[in-house]
Amino acid sequence: MTAVTVKGLRVDLDGRGVDVVDLVDFEIAAGEVLGLVGESGSGKTTAGVTLLGDARRGATIAGGSIVLGGQEVVGLGQGQLAKLRGSSVAYVPQDPAMALNPALRLRRQLDELFEFHRPDMPEPDRDARIKATMREVGLDDSDAFLARFPHQLSGGQQQRVTLALAFLLRPRVIVLDEPTTGLDVTTQARVLATVRDLCASHQVAALYVTHDMAVVAGLAHRVMVMYAGRIVEAGPSSRIFGEPVHPYTRALIAAVPQVSERRELTAIPGDTPMPGRRPGGCAFHPRCKHADPACATTVPEPVEVVPGHIVRCLHATRFAAEPAQPAPALTAGRTGERGEVLLEVTGVDAFHGRKQVLHDVSLTLAKGECLALVGESGSGKTTLARCVIGLHRNHTGTMTFQGAPLATRARDRSRESRRAIQYIFQSPYNSLNPRRSIGETLREPLKVLFGMSAAKAAAEVAEVLERVSLSPAAAASYPDQLSGGERQRVAIARALVCRPEVLICDEITSALDVSVQASIVRLLRRLQDEEGLALLFVTHNLGLVRAVADHVVAMRAGRIVEGGPVDDVLDRPGDQFTRDLIAATPELSAVPTGDPSRLPLSLEDPT
Amino acid sequence: MRIGLVLTGLILLIIAIGPLLAPHSHSAIVGAPYQPPSSLAMLGTDYLGEDVLSRVLEGGRSIVWVSFVGTLLGVGVGSAIGMTAAYSGGVVDEVLMRAMDVLRAFPPMVLILLLVSMAQAELALMPLIVAIAWVPQVARVAYGAAKEVVAREFVESAETLGASRLRIVRREVLPNVMTPLMVEFGLRLTWSIGIVTTMSFLGVGLQPPAADWGLMIRENYQGLALQPWGVVVPALCVAAFTFGTNLMAEGFARTVARVSPAAETPKEVTV
Amino acid sequence: MDGRFSGSRRLWLVRRLLLGAAVVLLVSVLVFAATQVLPGDPARAVLGHDATPESVAALRAELGLDRPLISQYLAWLGHIVTGDLGQSLVTREPVAALIGDRTINSAVLVVISAAIVVPLSVFVGALAGRRRDRKFDKAMLVVTLGLTALPEAIIALLLVILFSTSVLRLLPGTVLLGPGQNPLGQPAQLVLPVAALVLGVLPYLSRLVRGSVIDVYESEYVRIARLKGVPERVVLRRHVLSNALVPAIQGTALALAYLTGGVVVVEQVFNYPGLGTTLVDAVNNRDFPVIQMVCLVFAACYVIFNLLGDVLTVYVTPRLRTAGQ
Repeated sequence: MTAVTVKGLRVDLDGRGVDVVDLVDFEIAAGEVLGLVGESGSGKTTAGVTLLGDARRGATIAGGSIVLGGQEVVGLGQGQLAKLRGSSVAYVPQDPAMALNPALRLRRQLDELFEFHRPDMPEPDRDARIKATMREVGLDDSDAFLARFPHQLSGGQQQRVTLALAFLLRPRVIVLDEPTTGLDVTTQARVLATVRDLCASHQVAALYVTHDMAVVAGLAHRVMVMYAGRIVEAGPSSRIFGEPVHPYTRALIAAVPQVSERRELTAIPGDTPMPGRRPGGCAFHPRCKHADPACATTVPEPVEVVPGHIVRCLHATRFAAEPAQPAPALTAGRTGERGEVLLEVTGVDAFHGRKQVLHDVSLTLAKGECLALVGESGSGKTTLARCVIGLHRNHTGTMTFQGAPLATRARDRSRESRRAIQYIFQSPYNSLNPRRSIGETLREPLKVLFGMSAAKAAAEVAEVLERVSLSPAAAASYPDQLSGGERQRVAIARALVCRPEVLICDEITSALDVSVQASIVRLLRRLQDEEGLALLFVTHNLGLVRAVADHVVAMRAGRIVEGGPVDDVLDRPGDQFTRDLIAATPELSAVPTGDPSRLPLSLEDPT
Repeated sequence: MRIGLVLTGLILLIIAIGPLLAPHSHSAIVGAPYQPPSSLAMLGTDYLGEDVLSRVLEGGRSIVWVSFVGTLLGVGVGSAIGMTAAYSGGVVDEVLMRAMDVLRAFPPMVLILLLVSMAQAELALMPLIVAIAWVPQVARVAYGAAKEVVAREFVESAETLGASRLRIVRREVLPNVMTPLMVEFGLRLTWSIGIVTTMSFLGVGLQPPAADWGLMIRENYQGLALQPWGVVVPALCVAAFTFGTNLMAEGFARTVARVSPAAETPKEVTV
Repeated sequence: MDGRFSGSRRLWLVRRLLLGAAVVLLVSVLVFAATQVLPGDPARAVLGHDATPESVAALRAELGLDRPLISQYLAWLGHIVTGDLGQSLVTREPVAALIGDRTINSAVLVVISAAIVVPLSVFVGALAGRRRDRKFDKAMLVVTLGLTALPEAIIALLLVILFSTSVLRLLPGTVLLGPGQNPLGQPAQLVLPVAALVLGVLPYLSRLVRGSVIDVYESEYVRIARLKGVPERVVLRRHVLSNALVPAIQGTALALAYLTGGVVVVEQVFNYPGLGTTLVDAVNNRDFPVIQMVCLVFAACYVIFNLLGDVLTVYVTPRLRTAGQ
């Protein structure tokens, strides 16, 4: 039974005649999970919320039809939409911490749905339904818990509350907008299992919007891939992940790092175009290695390559006949003789105020090796990295660089060690001064460390920009003129210009799209091979660990739980925590609609 | 913004060339007190029988320079204190900002009266007094703006290089708080004009026989019912001036805020 | 968990009270220093330049000016704490009697103005925020922009000119009030001073409310409330106002402090016998005991308003109220 049918949907930016989303057709059956995958700027969220008759401020649903349970949603007035929302179609937001009203208790926020959609329902029935739903989403159903305010819950619990809000009135359709983006993988796995169960048991049709290919691979029955506001490929999960046809889908899959095997990550050149700057013809053609002149001029029509598998590409039939080249597997990481030890951390205890966040942490980093520091949020991995660079001062224990002790504060360290150890921050949106040109930013270390004049530094700047694959002309631009990936390259260049020996990378790809991440990872590997840099690579992503690291150290609650060569740790984890982490990490090869219990489920998140 | 420019320009023009156009000396007695407008005195005479028009044409000078210098000084010192506190953190932050809190406990006008009472009303001291009244308020604003900037990673990045504190404040922090500080300067300038006028009106600013709009309002206020022009015209001049500078400040804030590259954040953050 | 403060909050409250007291103490040091340490001999200032050295010395001894500063300060503070506020140097009246009535007069002005301006600002600000960029909002922005620019003295003057002397003659432009007379006895006299104060604070407070209403309207949880099918009027009442008025509390505290500052000027224009006129007269006469006390009262008001604002904010914000639980 079809729960919702969408035809020819178009969303425009007000007054500019620019489409965010166009030509979108799909339907979802009751009980089915449809994945909608796309990178930033693809329009996936915009397309998702139209099912609720909503368009973000400054945009309007400009055409098409959305039929939900026999009712046309496009063109409904505010009053009729309000009747529909929450009862027939519900929404699960990306950031639960922002989505729950901080001034209202949980029960009030849940009960509100009855107030407007089921005013006649008697109080005991409401209470019973609220409690039953709380249990279904894996939350405490006690009155005391329902009397809490949102801030008194963990992130995972908050997300479960938004699930409870969405499922409370048993809607026909539910739109999930990246609901696990801010969660740790183990929490994410439990939330995903809950979503899967609830949709199946209540026969709810779900549209799951995400940027994460691996998440939909394990969750969705069917998948749509969106690029520049169009659905470029749609089909059953097994087809999309097993025999993808569209060059974009193929490239995207090849860019996702896997925990299970080390493969070459393929980057897609260029950036995803934003609405209003999208190229004509097939919007992907400037980044497509198979593009021919026709691609630039002709908008491709959807082609059904096999029943139920639709591809919007001029050469769909040809590509369907020649399966994608599997990404070349890489040989095992370098685990042979370690070089000279550069950095040694011994018995470090660190504190935030009075709270101890690191307990007796020790590790060594040798010349030319990449050591991954992996853990969930709150594990202390970033604090450790900040201790090493001298930004987190409240700690005890010893740290040495080439045998010489390092002061706790960067300012008190020798110039030599300030040059030799460089740090790259998580967010390229925050780590570059918006008021200074790229050239100025890159000259600053040369000035501070070597007292180099601007004229002399200019040559160095041009050279370092080339080393990170940016044009030397970029020196004249300002950060807001660059994309996220380009900014992160500048941040890397700022570290490289000092000619460092150790590079500390703090989650440096977590703010980037997966195709851009792949290009950054390739850049780091190249630098490591060519210049013998040692890398301390902080991440929560086990796939990345496999792709870049030689050695890995796993951290949990401020302690090191396991360490060793990457392949040993990931293939034969010794610690229960590492095993859980690996089990919880979604993989592209996962069985599409597999059973929800790959992971030990507990009701409460470990907080 | 355009109206603001025109108004401010007009008032500045009066102040610049007004004295050349004045038909009489600002302190010459031209008739009986509180005479209505006549061919001799186009806006009538004041409480002593001086020409209102001539006094209006000469009466804006001290307001302009006192408020400009006072604001510049106040915003400069206040920003320096706020930024230093925000960047240093710890004890320096506590001591500086608590001291500012103590000063902010006085409404600006009360603080000014307190300062006047210890230093007598001398023209040369007026900008200093205005500046001191603004320092704690501006420090608070600069502190708030700078606190956001110092938490950002490009400042930490400069720290890992071991750049000096002064260099970090000057090169990393200052450029990013310049916009709010300039907006602050515009608003404080407007209020300074008001404060300087008010000081003279209260009798603690310029002293007779000086020609000054605030002082004129004070002197002629008793005769308001008899000869309103001696109060109305200087009051309107001050109103036009403050209104003009305020429009300019607002216009600046709005246009700059629109093009500000600092406002840039990614719409959809992917992990 | 419920409406009451958590344990750590009670600790916070105690600390906040101590801090407030410390600020008042520091203010007293400042006020004392300002009027005693700096150039000019108060005794000579009072007696004038032609006073004989003997009479100056006598007055200095009487005022305790020949003792070390610290002991002068402590003695002064001790007197204040025990309720002895000293004598006016000019009229020789006890300061307590001099400023007692006038404090009440000023308080009447401030309280009435606040009672009008706070609800009015919330109403105007919320309406403008809700109808963002529509006619009412734009009109409100233009009007408040004009009003912020004008100094209170000019606002008050224009009111007098418009309603009392030159244009219309509807309301009294000066307040005639004998000592000990209740200003509420002549409500017509209060209309213009109150109007001037209200117009002085309205722009600030209504723009603050507007801004915070807009912020909350843009918030994710309001969007979610709409996507839950909550009707628009309930969105405003339940989801927007409950959160948007929190910043308005802090704003009101500041506005009250601002009102107390505004009375200095407005009282002068209307010749209203309050703390403001007293302060201006005292400054012009260099009547230090009076200046000291009036400044202390103003600063203490500011500290109290801020304290109340902070406590109320914590009380209505669950996240702050239950911190540490």
